[in-house]
Amino acid sequence: MANSKSAGLSGAIVNHAIVDSFRKLDPRTMVKSPVMFVVEIGFVITLLLSFDPNLFGGHYGPGSGERAFNIFVTVVLFITVLFGNFAEAIAEGRGKAQAESLRKSKTDLTANRRRSDGTYERIPATTLRRGDIVRVLAGEAIPGDGEVIEGLGSVDESAITGESAPVIRGAGGDFSSVTGGTKLLSDELVIRITADPGESFLDKMISLVEGASRQKTPNELALSVLLAGLTLIFLIVVDTLRPIATYLGAPIDIATLIALLVCLIPTTIGALLSAIGIAGMDRVIRFNVIAKSGKAVEAAGDVNTLILDKTGTITIGNRLASEFIPVGQHTDKSLIEIAVLSSLFDETPEGRSVVELSKENGVSFVREEFHDAENIEFSADTRMSGLNLPDGTVTRKGAVDAIRQYVQQRGGKVPADLEAKTSRIAMEGGTPLAVVSGNEVYGLIYLKDIVKPGMKERFEELRKMGIKTVMCTGDNPLTAATIAKEAGVDDFIAEAKPEDKMRLIKEEQAQGKLVAMSGDGTNDAPALAQADVGLAMNTGTPAAKEAGNMVDLDSDPTKLIEVVSIGKQLLITRGAITTFSIANDVAKYFAIIPAMFIAMIPQLQALNIMHLTSPRSAILSALIFNAIIIPLLIPLAMRGVKYRPMNATSMLMRNIFIYGIGGVIAPFVGIKIIDLIITALGLAHI
Amino acid sequence: MTFAGTIGILAVVALILALAIPMGGYIYRVFTGQRNWFEPVYAPVERVIYKFVGINPDAEMDWKSYAKSWLLVQFVMALFVYIIFVLQGHLPINPDHIKGMSWDLAFNTAASFITNTNWQNYAGEQSMSYLGQMAAITYLQFTSAAAGVVAVIAFVRGMVANKGKTLGNFWVDYVKVHTRILLPLAFLFAIVFVGLGLPETLHGAQIAHTLQGGTQTISRGPVASLEAIKQLGTNGGGYFNANSAHPFEDPTALTTVLEILAMALIPAALVTTFGKFIKDRKQAAVLYVFLTGLLLAGAFTVYASESAGDPLVHHLLGIGGGNMEGKEVRFGQSLSSIFVAATTAFTTGAVNTMHDSLTPLGGMVPIVFMMFNSVFGGIGVGLLNILMFLIIAVFLSGLMVGRTPEIFGKKIEAREIKLATAAMLVHPFVILVPTAIALVTKAGTSSMANPGLHGFSEVLYAFTSGAANNGSAFAGLNGNTVFYNVAIGLVMLFGRYVSMVAMFAMAGSLVKKSVVPESAGTLRTNTFSFGGVFLAVIIIVGALTFFPAVAVGPIGEHLQMIAGQLAK
Repeated sequence: MANSKSAGLSGAIVNHAIVDSFRKLDPRTMVKSPVMFVVEIGFVITLLLSFDPNLFGGHYGPGSGERAFNIFVTVVLFITVLFGNFAEAIAEGRGKAQAESLRKSKTDLTANRRRSDGTYERIPATTLRRGDIVRVLAGEAIPGDGEVIEGLGSVDESAITGESAPVIRGAGGDFSSVTGGTKLLSDELVIRITADPGESFLDKMISLVEGASRQKTPNELALSVLLAGLTLIFLIVVDTLRPIATYLGAPIDIATLIALLVCLIPTTIGALLSAIGIAGMDRVIRFNVIAKSGKAVEAAGDVNTLILDKTGTITIGNRLASEFIPVGQHTDKSLIEIAVLSSLFDETPEGRSVVELSKENGVSFVREEFHDAENIEFSADTRMSGLNLPDGTVTRKGAVDAIRQYVQQRGGKVPADLEAKTSRIAMEGGTPLAVVSGNEVYGLIYLKDIVKPGMKERFEELRKMGIKTVMCTGDNPLTAATIAKEAGVDDFIAEAKPEDKMRLIKEEQAQGKLVAMSGDGTNDAPALAQADVGLAMNTGTPAAKEAGNMVDLDSDPTKLIEVVSIGKQLLITRGAITTFSIANDVAKYFAIIPAMFIAMIPQLQALNIMHLTSPRSAILSALIFNAIIIPLLIPLAMRGVKYRPMNATSMLMRNIFIYGIGGVIAPFVGIKIIDLIITALGLAHI
Repeated sequence: MTFAGTIGILAVVALILALAIPMGGYIYRVFTGQRNWFEPVYAPVERVIYKFVGINPDAEMDWKSYAKSWLLVQFVMALFVYIIFVLQGHLPINPDHIKGMSWDLAFNTAASFITNTNWQNYAGEQSMSYLGQMAAITYLQFTSAAAGVVAVIAFVRGMVANKGKTLGNFWVDYVKVHTRILLPLAFLFAIVFVGLGLPETLHGAQIAHTLQGGTQTISRGPVASLEAIKQLGTNGGGYFNANSAHPFEDPTALTTVLEILAMALIPAALVTTFGKFIKDRKQAAVLYVFLTGLLLAGAFTVYASESAGDPLVHHLLGIGGGNMEGKEVRFGQSLSSIFVAATTAFTTGAVNTMHDSLTPLGGMVPIVFMMFNSVFGGIGVGLLNILMFLIIAVFLSGLMVGRTPEIFGKKIEAREIKLATAAMLVHPFVILVPTAIALVTKAGTSSMANPGLHGFSEVLYAFTSGAANNGSAFAGLNGNTVFYNVAIGLVMLFGRYVSMVAMFAMAGSLVKKSVVPESAGTLRTNTFSFGGVFLAVIIIVGALTFFPAVAVGPIGEHLQMIAGQLAK
């Protein structure tokens, strides 16, 4: 899917979409969008009137230009419907192209299935059932979703995630899940298949990106109802105009009434509504997150509380050196020198961070100068690491009590202030490492959980969106509080057990809040299922992936934040284009109403504030504007309205200003320009 | 326009707000079961009523049983008054020997009063017996107003409940509106009106002998008591055909101010009541600002248009100044203008000025106010319409802040939108469709006295008034025909009950939802920025629906007048 990340639309997709927009003219498809269906019916009526303008009564002679006008209206209506279909087709197109390439990786898969007697047989992967055991050798594709029960190997998951770096998969633990269609690069795995044919992750993904199983989301449904209601109101308005006009002695022809109706009903949003939804899902997918339903994406926009694990999500997983604290008579400088020496060949993140921090303090050694030194690696037994120099100097760093023992064994003295300084670090939630050279304790390295860069700002943004963040950690309350404060989360649970997460979710939900969380372990599964938005990591266990309603292929838990933004963006885009669509009607009225009644009430010319050339050019200009605004807004529908974290009222005012007031003004300008063009082409008096 | 006139209008509106706000607090206390000073008076009376009717005042009702009882009571009442109207010639308390009504007129009148419309296709002093005036008209003027109040109270209860089930007890609410709000207020106003010169008697018409030796029949009757509830209940059905333009209904400028105050009092107060229920005073303040703004805009449009007068008259007759046709000299243009605006804003329908004689733009204001049907609106129903528009506004603008729209913490989903759309849809439907039918049928056009655009405006006005349950009329249309009696009767019924039942159903859906706590991401509806959006939604939805009709009606008429063209 890596290639799909480029947002560009290839020529093939566009061509496909054009063909599809004709295919979608089928009334059975059109009826799903009531607004555009009304336009199609209007088109059929004007088409009939183009053959015989007097089909439904009237006395239009050949000189009236009525037929030409009807043809003109028919053409514009046809284009309007096509534009609407095109919008939907192009939104679907990208997904279809993706599905195509996914399907390719699915075909030709074969499996080496274990028979009951323990021997293996080669069968097509499509016949695999849940519970089957298969063996995969290096270089082979993994035939289906499953759990590794034997072996350890590196797997190339780029077909699914787009990430080219291989990942390790092995039996037991949280890294045992494999996905069908990925490729084993090394070693050998024995896998128990966990999905029946058609239910695999790849199958689900194909139907998702294709939009095959797309259902209207709750909010989309509500909006559709409102749009249908507005359409019905305008049907009443337009239908009743004919008798009124007849009474006033100025009958209005049917094509004009249909033109007015089509202009008034919310065709812009009606045409773009499904495209917005598809594009929203597509944005999530391009973000390498698989949402199992559009409902989940919408719910993400509503989230009130975000539960994040500390390690790996808020902090960068490893503790890093942040301070050197000398003890006894030792100076900063001497402590740092010993600390660097002890860490010079230490490749652990902690060790690297000690070297880094020393550099910042102006102390650095070149490794080459110590090539003959002996590096002592950390072991669980000694709980220390260090360097033995050829001149007999021995440096070590390690857990404070281990070092204390080490020094005492060598007849050294433990400085008096070591105890106090150690407990100070522990109090602040850090991890102390003691540094020793010979039998002399030089001081402490303060190892600290480091909050990922930018997290604080993101939590600030979330707060502005009105989302509360809760950090979950197994640390003691003291450590947790320190990190929580540093990261700027609103709340934390220390010494958290999986049940605590579950309880928190239920508590928040009882208050009517929507909760989002991410997780990867099997013991996260119940909480993932309980949360309104559960983002499971792709590296996680099958149980976790099954329980969540979204799966992050990159296994980056901070993505929850982006998913929330995408959910909000989806709703904003819908609201903005609806507002724009309705606001447009004001100008259309000023174009069409004077044109309709001018024969009876010449004074209504005063309402023709755009000074449109003739009644017919006014009606056509409004209708053409109504049509071309649809393709003009397709990019916006696909991209989504830009979302910036800010408080609701300022965001409302900003969007009202752009799409509401802009929506009132834009058509005045657009209709006038189209009228000028029609006039210039000499079509104003057909 | 004069300075004094302008100040007068502003003063009346200020007075409305000054009295409505404390009144709203009182109404809130009534419906939350709080005791007040008059408890020893009310409570025993209510207990007797509960016992007599067999009500368990502690029982709670869900929306279905609340709405069923609500409808049932009104159906029985409508049937009861229909029988009185048809049979009044054979019934007592009829000193002037007035005959029974035809079936269609009786239907129209019963529909009119049960819906709080008070459209009158009969002339009160000639076609309604004293029994009819008191046992049917005055009676329904209480009960229809009470029905409006309890409906909105039930709705608001549904709105604020957190995962609740019930909306209260209809019977208790219904009794309390009468005992604690409408009856005491009506009594108070009636006494004041009697003091200010309105008649209150059961004697028949007085025969007067003029100086020229002729005789005049001067109708009178229990006017003051009817006048009080006619205004308080936003009813508007006058004792006399001339309504509040008649000197016995509204003798002085002071009584006219009191009448404006009376009709505005409860609808305006309910905004405060609503604010108290949702525990958000600022929300009420925002609504007050925008609704009062609309009211004033309407009043001053009428005032400006009437003061400017008719250029045709100026030109042809050489008479300068404003338009005084159809206005009472004792009220003048300023008080007439605010009355016109108020009676349509609060959908009362009482008139102290003939709306038919207003200038086109002056006459447009009442039509537009009734089309909006939510500039405070009628008693109870007005606030319901406001809340419906609030829900639509929140839905549209709520999307634009990137959340599933919420109103006061409750998510607005497909069901709510379905019901709000139904409630919104019925109004244009029952205005435009019958108007169109009337214009193309002989039965419809034969009643029209005026040609051209004004004739159209008269028909449009009639159905708009019926749909908005207002009851005022552009005279000049003979409404007492089978066609108009039945058509307007049905319009009034649909106009009220379809949207009300939809709102009850919505209350039933809202009551079950949990209240989502407010956060920085929640769209706040109690800001002035949102108030602007709300106003824009009312105006744009109203304008988009009715602009064509208004353009060929009053606006076209106005443009013709400016251009110096007489109606053809």
